[in-house]
Amino acid sequence: MAAVQETIDQVKSIDVTEYKYGFVTEVEVDKPAKGLTEDTVRYISARKNEPEWMLEWRLDAFRRWKTMTEPSWSRVQYPPINYQDIYYYAAPKKGASPKSLDEVDPAILETYKKLGIPLREQEILAGVAPENRVAVDAVFDSVSVVTTFKDELAKAGVIFCSISEAIREHPELVKKYLASVVPVTDNYFATLNSAVFTDGSFVYIPKGVRCPMELSTYFRINEQNTGQFERTLIIADEGSYVSYLEGCTAPKRDENQLHAAVVELIALDDAEIKYSTVQNWFPGDAEGKGGIYNFVTKRGDCRGRNSKISWTQVETGSAITWKYPSCILRGDGSRGEFYSIAVSNGAQQVDSGTKMLHLGKNTTSKIIAKGIAAGKSDSTYRGMVSAHRKATGARNFTNCDSLLIGDQCGAHTIPYIEAKTATAVFEHEATTSKIGEDQMFYCQQRGLSEEEAVALIVNGFVKEVLQQLPMEFAVEAQKLITISLEGSVG
Amino acid sequence: MAIITPLKTAAEQQLAEQFANIKAELPGAGAMRKLREDAFSGFEAKGLPHRRLESWRYTDLRTLLREAKPLVRRPARSQAIADRLALQTIAGRRFVTIDGLFSAADSDLNGLPAGGSVRSLAEALTEAPDAIAAAFAAPEVARDDSALMLNAAFAQDGVVLDIAPGTTFEQPLVLLALGSGQSEAAIVSRSLVRIGAGAKVTIVELQENVGPAPVQINHATCYVVGDGAEVQHVRMVTRQRAETVQVQSLLVELGGHAAFDSVAVAVNCGLLRQQSFLRYGGEHSRAALRGINLLRRREHSDVTLVMDHAAAHGESRELFKSIVDGEATGVFQGKVIVRPHSQKTDGGMKSHALLLNDGATMFNKPELEIFADDVVCGHGATVAQIDAEQLFYLMARGLPRPQAEALVLAAFVGEVADFVSDEGVHEIVGREIDAWLAQRDGAPRLGAA
Repeated sequence: MAAVQETIDQVKSIDVTEYKYGFVTEVEVDKPAKGLTEDTVRYISARKNEPEWMLEWRLDAFRRWKTMTEPSWSRVQYPPINYQDIYYYAAPKKGASPKSLDEVDPAILETYKKLGIPLREQEILAGVAPENRVAVDAVFDSVSVVTTFKDELAKAGVIFCSISEAIREHPELVKKYLASVVPVTDNYFATLNSAVFTDGSFVYIPKGVRCPMELSTYFRINEQNTGQFERTLIIADEGSYVSYLEGCTAPKRDENQLHAAVVELIALDDAEIKYSTVQNWFPGDAEGKGGIYNFVTKRGDCRGRNSKISWTQVETGSAITWKYPSCILRGDGSRGEFYSIAVSNGAQQVDSGTKMLHLGKNTTSKIIAKGIAAGKSDSTYRGMVSAHRKATGARNFTNCDSLLIGDQCGAHTIPYIEAKTATAVFEHEATTSKIGEDQMFYCQQRGLSEEEAVALIVNGFVKEVLQQLPMEFAVEAQKLITISLEGSVG
Repeated sequence: MAIITPLKTAAEQQLAEQFANIKAELPGAGAMRKLREDAFSGFEAKGLPHRRLESWRYTDLRTLLREAKPLVRRPARSQAIADRLALQTIAGRRFVTIDGLFSAADSDLNGLPAGGSVRSLAEALTEAPDAIAAAFAAPEVARDDSALMLNAAFAQDGVVLDIAPGTTFEQPLVLLALGSGQSEAAIVSRSLVRIGAGAKVTIVELQENVGPAPVQINHATCYVVGDGAEVQHVRMVTRQRAETVQVQSLLVELGGHAAFDSVAVAVNCGLLRQQSFLRYGGEHSRAALRGINLLRRREHSDVTLVMDHAAAHGESRELFKSIVDGEATGVFQGKVIVRPHSQKTDGGMKSHALLLNDGATMFNKPELEIFADDVVCGHGATVAQIDAEQLFYLMARGLPRPQAEALVLAAFVGEVADFVSDEGVHEIVGREIDAWLAQRDGAPRLGAA
């Protein structure tokens, strides 16, 4: 598109502040003083009524975190974060651990309604075919306000609740699996999360159960100066299947907010986990003022034979994204997949990718990453595919393509491909280009306007990934991409 | 992340002592002296390259270099050197360095055609230290490379080759760097090749070792390619002892409308790091870096390159093929940088590796760093074993397995070898490949070559 002057002008005049989820909900909240000390950790643990072992675990993480330094290797730039200037806990006063939706603050319910997230089961049921139902865990700042369809899921043996509840109700499962994929000291942000994580979802699918509906968590940061530290743990026992969706938004604010999550997935023998994210945190304005710092550690462990973990992500939000959903392919014959669309505009910075660590025999993995950079944004794909000496027959296919719109953005690719066994077959291909002039010509001469043509080509560019999303999400994601590039393309 | 400054290793301490002892004797006053001092203090601050540095991730010199051998001050003339010099493998003018020191007596200096001039680096540094120092300044992308800093600090000799504008050399110019291998020593040298506007030349760099002692080699060649000049470059690193530790740096500054085509071959290379830094200083230039790595036993070959597209309309092509046998390790780290405003850049980078043994390892890291939108850049990397179907096809036609394998392997690397346009040089490259393939366990010699 470089050659077309109108597009350049449009990119320049782009208004990233067209963020439609940027409203603020006025609710009374309960939060400790700013800053992070052992007392903050104790406060969070006490507020969550956690058992003693959990507090000890958190304090241990906190002590380790104090000895660590913030990593600087990623291709993102931001002013130093003052960890003492953040609220680590914020919970709506009304409706903490509600028995029913009636106890939840109506302002919060209104928020979710505005966001289009159905929280009332009867509303969802009306006019929706049963197979398309979605159970939702809604996390508002530091607490889970409601989890829907719990009873029905319980009939199938599925545990779906907030992680705080799981720590109280299912300590044996939490103790066994928590931090077994992302160790406490895995990295700076994961350790911080271990010390102060507030809420998130817990899923356990028992042996042989195919989860009867899609599970979903919706994260909302509402309070000012508040960090969100979510922790999600999903365990798929032998032969089970679950599809999990995650969505997130935040109000428009001038200052940056920190979101440091840890997500752990465990798939045992023959189990399959499909994890989809539509990440739409507030990206900041066109000059890069405000927005969420999204420093996330997501990792799945294909622990069992023939298990499968599939990550699909659509990244359109956040001022800075630092995120590498990975798969440890430990079980023989296990499979990891990663499908990603990262759209950046304005002054956004994205450093994202995946790791596929082949440890078991005959493990396979596939990576499809599409990056679209516009405005003054920077988009980096960073990935690693490695085969251990014993991972005979490991197979990987990687394809990462970048599309540049405008001459002030950057797109980078940093893949690591490490084979330590002769029987591994790894293929990697990457391209970076602008939209082809002949593609544009072809569309335009069939009567499409320039914007329509670009929208069509971009949609075609990301189609491979969109197809992996569950239907409800695919529609939303497609819209999101259009909004995110509004002004620069269709 | 906190900056980690570990204790100095024994080798680093030895290097510091050596530099203090010999710096006064190294050629070049004025700007060159300052360049050496600055380079060494830069090295002292950084230490030997180690795996925590992204660009040296797979070759940890700090661990590998246990001891820094003393710099060769006087070349040894062994019978092996004389025998090798008697052998003229490539038809063309030959300029010889022995243990990094220029040997005028063994070089074809007489009757050099007009338009070409050759002298030793030591001589050039004595005459015009400032001009040479200016040509030795590290390019921006290699400024932090401490191996290159060591080279700048210690390089005592090499070849300075100047090609006048518009000159065409029909026959290749051969820079033959022989290691005597008489004693365990370090060879640090640097050559400078300046090619005037519109000149056309083929330059072959041969790195060979004839003696039994393992050596440490740190060699750099700087090419300054004028506007519209065309250079065909071939480098072969062969016949090295397994314990040899070697860093070969190639620094290229391209003018406008210029062309630089390179094929680098590593066979029996010991531990070799080949690093190339190529900068497009003018528009409409094209460059190709290609290479063949044949590795076995515990050999290690690290190909690291940076293509810095600092001007628009540049074209770059990289193609590297590695065959990794035994417990050897192959590394390919390529980075294509497209600076803002370097529009219409066309970049294509490929690395393909065949692993022949379960102990073999291949690391690929092809990077793109792009700040301009109107570009076409791509890279591909593959790692696999010999295609079973290809083998089956050949064996079904009666070829025994070893021969079938050798044929597939020869074809695999032959694709790169065919980019050597000079027939004589192409033949030498082919002979090295065939000899290596013939030495594979149980593999018979291919054909009669």
